[in-house]
Amino acid sequence: MSGDSIIRFENVTQAYEGAGNVLNNVSFELERGKFYTLLGPSGCGKTTILRLIAGFIKPTKGDIYIEGQIVNNSPANERQVNTVFQDYALFPHLNVFENVAFGLRIKKLKKAEIERRVLEALEFVNLHGYEKRDISEMSGGQRQRVAIARAIVNDPEVILLDEPLSALDLKLRTEMQYELRELQQRLGKTFIFVTHDQEEALAMSDEIFVMKSGEIQQSGTPLDIYDEPINRFVADFIGESNIVDGVMIDDYRVRFANQEFECVDQGLNKNEKVEIVIRPEDLHISPLERGKITVTVDSQLFRGVHYEISTVDEVGNEWLVHSTKKVEVGSRIGLDFEPEAIHVMRLNESEEAFDARLEAYGAPGHEK
Amino acid sequence: MKNNSTNPFYLIPYYLWIVLFVISPIALVVYYSFFDISGNLTFDNYKNFFSSVYLRLTLSSFWYAFLITLISLLVAYPTAYWLTKTKNKQLWLLLIIIPSWINLLLKAYAFIGIFGLYGPANNLIASIGSERLQILFTDFSFIFVAVYIFIPFMVLPIFNSLDRINPALIDASRDLGASSWTTFRRVIFPLAINGVKAGIQVVFIPALSLFVITRLIAGNKVITLGTAIEQQFLVTQNWGMGSTIAVFLILFMIIIMMVTGEKGGTVNGKIK
Repeated sequence: MSGDSIIRFENVTQAYEGAGNVLNNVSFELERGKFYTLLGPSGCGKTTILRLIAGFIKPTKGDIYIEGQIVNNSPANERQVNTVFQDYALFPHLNVFENVAFGLRIKKLKKAEIERRVLEALEFVNLHGYEKRDISEMSGGQRQRVAIARAIVNDPEVILLDEPLSALDLKLRTEMQYELRELQQRLGKTFIFVTHDQEEALAMSDEIFVMKSGEIQQSGTPLDIYDEPINRFVADFIGESNIVDGVMIDDYRVRFANQEFECVDQGLNKNEKVEIVIRPEDLHISPLERGKITVTVDSQLFRGVHYEISTVDEVGNEWLVHSTKKVEVGSRIGLDFEPEAIHVMRLNESEEAFDARLEAYGAPGHEK
Repeated sequence: MKNNSTNPFYLIPYYLWIVLFVISPIALVVYYSFFDISGNLTFDNYKNFFSSVYLRLTLSSFWYAFLITLISLLVAYPTAYWLTKTKNKQLWLLLIIIPSWINLLLKAYAFIGIFGLYGPANNLIASIGSERLQILFTDFSFIFVAVYIFIPFMVLPIFNSLDRINPALIDASRDLGASSWTTFRRVIFPLAINGVKAGIQVVFIPALSLFVITRLIAGNKVITLGTAIEQQFLVTQNWGMGSTIAVFLILFMIIIMMVTGEKGGTVNGKIK
């Protein structure tokens, strides 16, 4: 793996004056040519990681490697990395062409070459014919594309994207998600994308790093993270989930909501306290007598693609159900689910231990 | 919908002010410029203005104003730049602005004391064993004091435009491979150019018509358009010629404002 590693963080800690640690002993390795997403709530340190890679700040402790070289002290302008900024940071005094040409002009390339590459980059982001426009004449989506063109025209190995879609409306955002993903695959460059939007992360990434309070909580493919969240935070952050307390009775047996169920988890201690995650779409409404648990319907919201039904079981646990079928508020219904739908989370388990446990019974979530 | 148009009644004081204190004085100046010293209607004043005496005076006036503006700019730009980087920007800015609230005459008299033959400046020179110098009534003292007086007016607009530059633009420039100097040259300077223009405007124009400092500090060795006007009115009593010079001064001001004026588009790095 290390042969094709492009960026490596070794025990990186970042502290700001009077703000404590923004990053806490973070280590990870990124492979060339993949689409990575740093996902987390605001203030979790994801943008700090991006700024450390770009070279805008120096790590307080630890080492950062790009292409195997320590870059702790090399300034931003000496790194083979380009950024697409959150508010695009396009130069308002330059037109579209000059914005994109900025990096090439600094490299003092020949005029003809600059022109060729700028037009090519603009073509790449579907902005052919916009060269002469002023930045103020461009819409949000177009500015976004100029910012991307300005980054890719320099042919960097790594492109950093700092919440670049957050200022766009929903429809445009979805469109840009497709475009960015496609762009990354066409270019074959490493993309590191920062967002707090879990849907965006799930849709675009090869690998997601879920972050909280300056630490990486879990990393893995979107499916891994969605299906086997390591803890309550990740489960909650990635999609909607029902999280209830439970007890591991034995291998493949877990107890929650006052009942015992068959599950696919093993290797935990007997009678260990655990948390159970069941995704709302894994819960199926069934007739009372055939349901595994019995619940009372509390409220129901129509969400377009499905109904979001909030229910309460007999011991007071809340269960959120996504269903295309409508139910009656106040009625009692049964909920059915597969053993595979039950995800068992140990309390305070580290990522290494978690991965090792999953490895042990050879059941990564997506290989159901 | 009627509320869209403000009641014209409220505009009366404004118009009154403009007519009484802007339009009518200018009209009077233009009117007087067509009369000679004995009250005859004539174009001689304008002819005289293009004589070598007045042209040289205009030229020297422009030269001094240029020097004062240039030196103010050279001092003010780095100051303003440094101010945007400090923690207590507003406090430092206030300290720089406070002297501009003090009356010009007071400051001029203070400098007479400082630069006088037995003033602190000369005491310092004497203490290192040198002879006492004539500092007052020289070009140096004139330009020094003028620059001192104008610096706050130059710092303020430059500081404002520098301070308004989105810091992400500087990151972006560095990210694209620019060194700090290239970033300054290609991003910071062009984005703050309107502040520089405004600063030049507020320094150059008043510098053209300075007359208190020329009197007190330069001892009438430096004659600017301002001093010339004053002399024509108060000493020679040739109101016509004084008005003619004033007319040209106004024309120069208009030209400078047009040259340094904003052309629209972007302001201080923010997209309109």
